[in-house]
Amino acid sequence: MNTSAPPTPPRLALVNVSKAFGAVQALRGVTIELYAGEVHALAGENGAGKSTVVKTFAGVHRPDSGEVRLDGEPVVFNGPADAQAAGVAVIYQEPTLFPDLSVAENIFMGRQPRTSLGRIDRKAMHAAAADLFARLGVALDPRQPARGLSIADQQVVEIAKAISRDAKVLIMDEPTAALTGQEVARLFAVTRTLQQAGCAILFISHRLEEIFELCQRVTTLRDGTWVGTEPLDGLTADDLVQRMVGRELEELYPKQEVAPGPVALKVSRLTREGVFTDVSFQVRRGEIVALAGLVGAGRSEVARAIFGVDRWDAGEVEVDGTRLPPASPTAAMAAGLAFVPEDRRQQGLVMDMSIERNIGLTQLRSLRRASGPGPLISRRVERDRARDWALRLQLKFSRLSDAVGVLSGGNQQKVVLAKWLATEPSVLIVDEPTRGIDVGTKAEVHRLLSELAARNMAVLMISSDLPEVLGMADRVLVMHEGRLVAEIPRAEATEESVMAAATGRRVGKEAA
Amino acid sequence: MTAVARQRPTRPTAKTGRGEGGLIDLVLRFRELGILGALIVLVAVTTAINPRFLSAQGVEDIFLNASILALLAVGQTLVVVTRNIDLSVGSVVGLVAFVVGDAVSGTQHGVLFAVALGVAIGAACGLVNGLLVSLCGVPALVVTLGTLYVIQGLNHYIAHGEQISAAEVPDAILKLGNGDLAGVPYLPLISVAVMLAVGCYLRSYPSGREFYAIGSSPEAARLAGVPIRRRVLTAYLASGALAGLAGTLWLARFGTVVADPARGWELDVVAAVVVGGVAIVGGVGTVYGAALGALLITTIGSVLVVLKINPFWQEAVVGLLLLLAISADRLVALRLARVLRKRNVRHG
Repeated sequence: MNTSAPPTPPRLALVNVSKAFGAVQALRGVTIELYAGEVHALAGENGAGKSTVVKTFAGVHRPDSGEVRLDGEPVVFNGPADAQAAGVAVIYQEPTLFPDLSVAENIFMGRQPRTSLGRIDRKAMHAAAADLFARLGVALDPRQPARGLSIADQQVVEIAKAISRDAKVLIMDEPTAALTGQEVARLFAVTRTLQQAGCAILFISHRLEEIFELCQRVTTLRDGTWVGTEPLDGLTADDLVQRMVGRELEELYPKQEVAPGPVALKVSRLTREGVFTDVSFQVRRGEIVALAGLVGAGRSEVARAIFGVDRWDAGEVEVDGTRLPPASPTAAMAAGLAFVPEDRRQQGLVMDMSIERNIGLTQLRSLRRASGPGPLISRRVERDRARDWALRLQLKFSRLSDAVGVLSGGNQQKVVLAKWLATEPSVLIVDEPTRGIDVGTKAEVHRLLSELAARNMAVLMISSDLPEVLGMADRVLVMHEGRLVAEIPRAEATEESVMAAATGRRVGKEAA
Repeated sequence: MTAVARQRPTRPTAKTGRGEGGLIDLVLRFRELGILGALIVLVAVTTAINPRFLSAQGVEDIFLNASILALLAVGQTLVVVTRNIDLSVGSVVGLVAFVVGDAVSGTQHGVLFAVALGVAIGAACGLVNGLLVSLCGVPALVVTLGTLYVIQGLNHYIAHGEQISAAEVPDAILKLGNGDLAGVPYLPLISVAVMLAVGCYLRSYPSGREFYAIGSSPEAARLAGVPIRRRVLTAYLASGALAGLAGTLWLARFGTVVADPARGWELDVVAAVVVGGVAIVGGVGTVYGAALGALLITTIGSVLVVLKINPFWQEAVVGLLLLLAISADRLVALRLARVLRKRNVRHG
């Protein structure tokens, strides 16, 4: 397959692995080999199957077909404990800590240092944790509870956990997503030390320059299929994007040019203490404005506050000139706001409820009025409206009475969009509209957003997907640590300028 | 590793620990101290009104009554910290008291036999709960509500309208409930011993910490390879076994037992645990707090009697206490979240 591989068998490998979740085929015949002393990159768009690969290595998922090999021998991981016993440590995209337990306990859960009586030696545990933090160059208190740590600090705890395990294989799923430049440099230094010590490392990042800086080989996935594994030497960022996307970028981001109309959403000096501070911006009708920034920068929190899910401490929000009362989603909806949340499973949909019921949920009043006199909702009216929207969004379903839980991620996202578009909003806020959905549906969602803007809707889009931000937005607002730090017009928005602002470097302003 | 070791800490600011760490510690200790404070105030006020409240007999009565509830609260704590609940304990106490009473009536069986039989029956009930919750994944509330009724029905069927009379119960067993060791009755001694043992296990043993891990974040526990099913099963087994022990002690203390005598106790137990600072969503709390909660609830019962307040008020007072405890929790949690939020911002 490749010539640069050392002759010894790989430490850990997936060989021809396939995995399906219900109707969604997450992986099809994927092969990845991790060698000792090598940092291997896994590239692919959102929804390409990277996280499924991670969870298969971690023993969370078992392959439907194909096998996992440890030092050349087939193994079956019956759960995360097996994988850990085999020396596999995983740092997940979202840190998985126990909020009520101390930082030291989080690191040493299940492997606490013991006294001769078998009791936990707290002193030794705290000292060991402090030692790890010293090696990592951070000053965290091992005694403090994990609740309330910043995402970057949580990530540090996860890394300390992996190091304390003396892991043979380290898997890092977007560990840098929430880190500043300095923290990334620190992480890389640690990673290289582990690499030199003979650790096999799998590294996932959306920032291509990080892949080129840290890794030796790269495996690319697209829509769950293996595209290729090759050395990074001699490869360019464009080559990599080409392999990940497999089509021209323009096609994926069909943005129409629209002359912006009057201001539809006006946010003035909005502050929620300790979360975000002094955020002001406007979105005009016909505009798509992206809100970019690192995970934890406070973007979703601003959106939640605008829609009234969370309370704000100071500032004001106006929709079409009407001031919104704080903390009232009902008032926000009445004023013409719609909010498609980040987490469609937890916040966007009622998974056990049917497609038609989910779509109808935002318009129960108007459905009742449309159902004729009396307090009851006609199922026929509800179904007709749902069918209408399902067709308009090209939803793939067998029956409208099916639970939304059986749909694929992309189709679920369409149901959430239908549910909110049916309220005929003047301002649409979408939080990570294409996270975890396949490329085809992604393009459809983008086309839809573009059409909505063309039809005079104001769209505020939160996205961590930089190509999406650059491809779709008329203007890019960038948040860093709870503040709006840059506003970049479409013409000047580049990966570099946005990332610079998002990581707190002030280069973005100079470029503008 | 040397390359890393030589790097200077980049953010020395994070070590403001002591001051705020101390605050957090204090907030977490807040519950036990709070109950202790409430208890002291309650006793002081009542004694001021009626000095006989603090007589040796009065105090002994409170401790005897609190012992059984505290035992159940300790078992319940194990279950609740894993983000589950055991509502069947009241029924188990009743069943065990009756069945053990029936088995020893008119015989010369000793304490050991009675305790072993009681614990075995209780553990069997706990096993059923635990298997249904951990293996079949049925919500704990539903499972234990079901077993509550089933065990209650079983008890009535076995009792058939009869009752156990104290005259039939061997003296050795009755002595367990009413005798003392150097002036301290056995019952509170047993409860304190169990409390200390379980408390030490939960605090100082790796598997004990896993109970908290499961309740704090089930998903993280799964990813960390914590044997969730085994721990949850253990929690129910222990809760059942302790309920069995409590049932035997019930028999030993009262001698005369009707069918389903501890009806409704499950709610007192849950109240004691929650008042004692064990979070109903799991992950937080100690058996000491739970036992103090049991003592407080029992004391309130006695206080109402001493102050000649209609005993019907007792339930209302326990309810109020529960609401107060939960509101206080919520306030403290919000305060804490605010402190941590602000700190985050400072440290960026």
